[in-house]
Amino acid sequence: MITLAILLTIAPVAAYVVIVAFLNRWKALSAGLAIAASGTSLAISLWLLWSMIGNPTPVHDAIQWLHIPQIGGFRGLDLVAGVLVDPLSALMASIVSLVAFLVMVYSVGYMKGDEGFSRYFAYLSLFTFSMLGLVVSDNYFMTFVFWELVGLSSYLLIGFWRLKDAPAEASKKAFVTNRWGDFGFMIGIILLFMVFGTFDYGALARMIPQYSHLGFLALIAVLVFTGPMGKSAQFPFHVWLPDAMEGPTPVSALIHAATMVAAGVYLVARAFVLFHAVPNVMELIAWIGGFTAIFAALIALVQKDIKRILAYSTLSQLGYMFLALGSGSMSAGMFHLTTHAFFKALLFLGSGSVIHALGQQDIFKMGGLSKKMPITTWTFVIGALSLGGLFPLAGFWSKDEILLSALKDGQVALYWIGVVTAFLTAFYMFRLIFTAFFGKAASENAAERELGAATMAHQDHGTGHGDDGHGHQAHESPATMTVPLIILAVLSVVGGLVGSPWWTQWFGGSFGSFIYFGEPEAAHIDLAVAIPATIVALLGITLAWVIYGAKLVKHEWLAEKLKPLHSLLEHKFYIDEFYGFVFKWVMFLLGTILDWIDHKVIDGTFDGLGAATKAGGGKLRLIQTGKLQSYALFIFGAVAIVVIMLSTNLIGGFAK
Amino acid sequence: MIGLAHYLVLAGLLFCIGLLGAVAKRNAIAVFMGVELMLNSVNINLVAFNRFLHPEFLGGQAFAIFVIVVAAAEVSVGLAIILALYRRKANTSVDEIDLLKW
Repeated sequence: MITLAILLTIAPVAAYVVIVAFLNRWKALSAGLAIAASGTSLAISLWLLWSMIGNPTPVHDAIQWLHIPQIGGFRGLDLVAGVLVDPLSALMASIVSLVAFLVMVYSVGYMKGDEGFSRYFAYLSLFTFSMLGLVVSDNYFMTFVFWELVGLSSYLLIGFWRLKDAPAEASKKAFVTNRWGDFGFMIGIILLFMVFGTFDYGALARMIPQYSHLGFLALIAVLVFTGPMGKSAQFPFHVWLPDAMEGPTPVSALIHAATMVAAGVYLVARAFVLFHAVPNVMELIAWIGGFTAIFAALIALVQKDIKRILAYSTLSQLGYMFLALGSGSMSAGMFHLTTHAFFKALLFLGSGSVIHALGQQDIFKMGGLSKKMPITTWTFVIGALSLGGLFPLAGFWSKDEILLSALKDGQVALYWIGVVTAFLTAFYMFRLIFTAFFGKAASENAAERELGAATMAHQDHGTGHGDDGHGHQAHESPATMTVPLIILAVLSVVGGLVGSPWWTQWFGGSFGSFIYFGEPEAAHIDLAVAIPATIVALLGITLAWVIYGAKLVKHEWLAEKLKPLHSLLEHKFYIDEFYGFVFKWVMFLLGTILDWIDHKVIDGTFDGLGAATKAGGGKLRLIQTGKLQSYALFIFGAVAIVVIMLSTNLIGGFAK
Repeated sequence: MIGLAHYLVLAGLLFCIGLLGAVAKRNAIAVFMGVELMLNSVNINLVAFNRFLHPEFLGGQAFAIFVIVVAAAEVSVGLAIILALYRRKANTSVDEIDLLKW
């Protein structure tokens, strides 16, 4: 089983190496190889999941990677490369490889004609390898290595159309913001090692509950949590995720919806024993999650770009996951991660289908797409309903679990934040749907032929995309793109049933008894939580219909009436401007000052020493006049001094 | 009476005057005159020590004769050098001979 787990991760990286080394010109072969590799990973991870369901004991193996023995006061270092297969990692591996496989199949259609086609599949394979490696690693250090690799793959993929400004800037922003989080994460890991002497999850799980300095443990937990804050884009490290939409849409679906941003959630689940030992940090996590959820949902209300809306939606749902984890329920958090992967990937791929057809991303320039793109529309609606949490779709069960866990932990405020966010979620998603898919076509290219070069001057498509000659009019996408949509739609509908009480009745056990911390959690519907959540979601949908569907109230009128609030939300609460200010006036200023010190003071000192030596030498050389008389004078002077020194005894000795 | 000290002081003064001439004069012949003066002051010193400290021992006076001989030889060689230089440069200023440097 361990060999299989290793093969699971190696297959994609082998594909990456082969594509990069040999296959750059043969596009079909690159795509085929990448899909085959991720298909292999998918098969293996499903098999692992199946065997974990049958027999949930963890399987673990490791080899020594670097060993520094104990020397004097240095306690020694043991770096291990290990693989851990247990229910959590098997589940996560299955999700990752499934979404990766579907995204790769989808990309065959989406990226057709792009000149970086092979490079794209190489990077996707690299990402799949990094993510799967992160999932199966058994110690913090290896997780960190793959964490960084995932960040790198994200950088490469966001900046895929690297010859344009916006993707290049966005990829840098993503990488740097991630780095902030990774820095704290690294320090946390190092502190863990300093205190416990090991990086291994299993060993730490035994040692941490017995450790008594809770204050220090809380510091470590907070530091380790900054990693997920950066990777999963929680406030205040959320700024990179909306900009990351500059990458190709399948990349957004894979990385920034289903998998990489979920790596933070996965890490918190893996390290749950650490967080569980310090309840204050758990509460902090829950509050950060809850705040991010509502914060992002508010911003999503006024966005016009279809991908930005989905990006903020992702931020919001990640906030929900952390809310669940912080409330002590690993099952609820991981369950929502699973269902979110399905419906968010579906929504992103659906939006990609729309963008591929229309060539632009502004929802107010779309409209009436349901007639021309039925599969896309109805799978999108299913995804949105699932996201909103309507019974009996997948999102309902997971959102219900989250709200229930918040209540059980006593966090009533967070529960209400969750409910309000559910309302906002339903509202903005259906705002999107009513504006983009129903109603009248708002611009020419939603209905008629493309207008030529003007429509090609837009951000999402790269160099080769418009040249395939089919014109940017609304049309249904090819089968390679619609089949993944349908598969994900089916999963969004039935995926949540594993957490429902009926599953327990039919099969015994449920999601909560497969993935849990401490004790298995039974799946049940608590009507006191389910009914308000559903009502609130339906209210959101109705309000969206009122404003955007039937247009009983014009949204421009509302925007005018609530202008200050609207512009605050439209500018994303001015966080980007604030960060820009801080960077310019704090960081760059500090950098300029230090640069001045380096150039003028430090270099000046050493250059000054050299100049002083030169000047001194210039003056000293004048002693050599070449005139014999001065030389004779010096000789006489020296002789006089020597004679006096030698005759010290005779003329009275040294002074007492 | 005139004792050893007087002669030594005289010799010292002459030595200093000679040193001044050797070091500070621009004309080469004047430098030579200074050097001769220094040598002769040493002669006075030697003879004075001989007369006042060890009158029966003639070493000092003999040494003085040696010094006179050496001075004569040195003058002949020196004047030859100066003549050679004078033919080169047409003036006797020692300031002009300053090639003994980098």
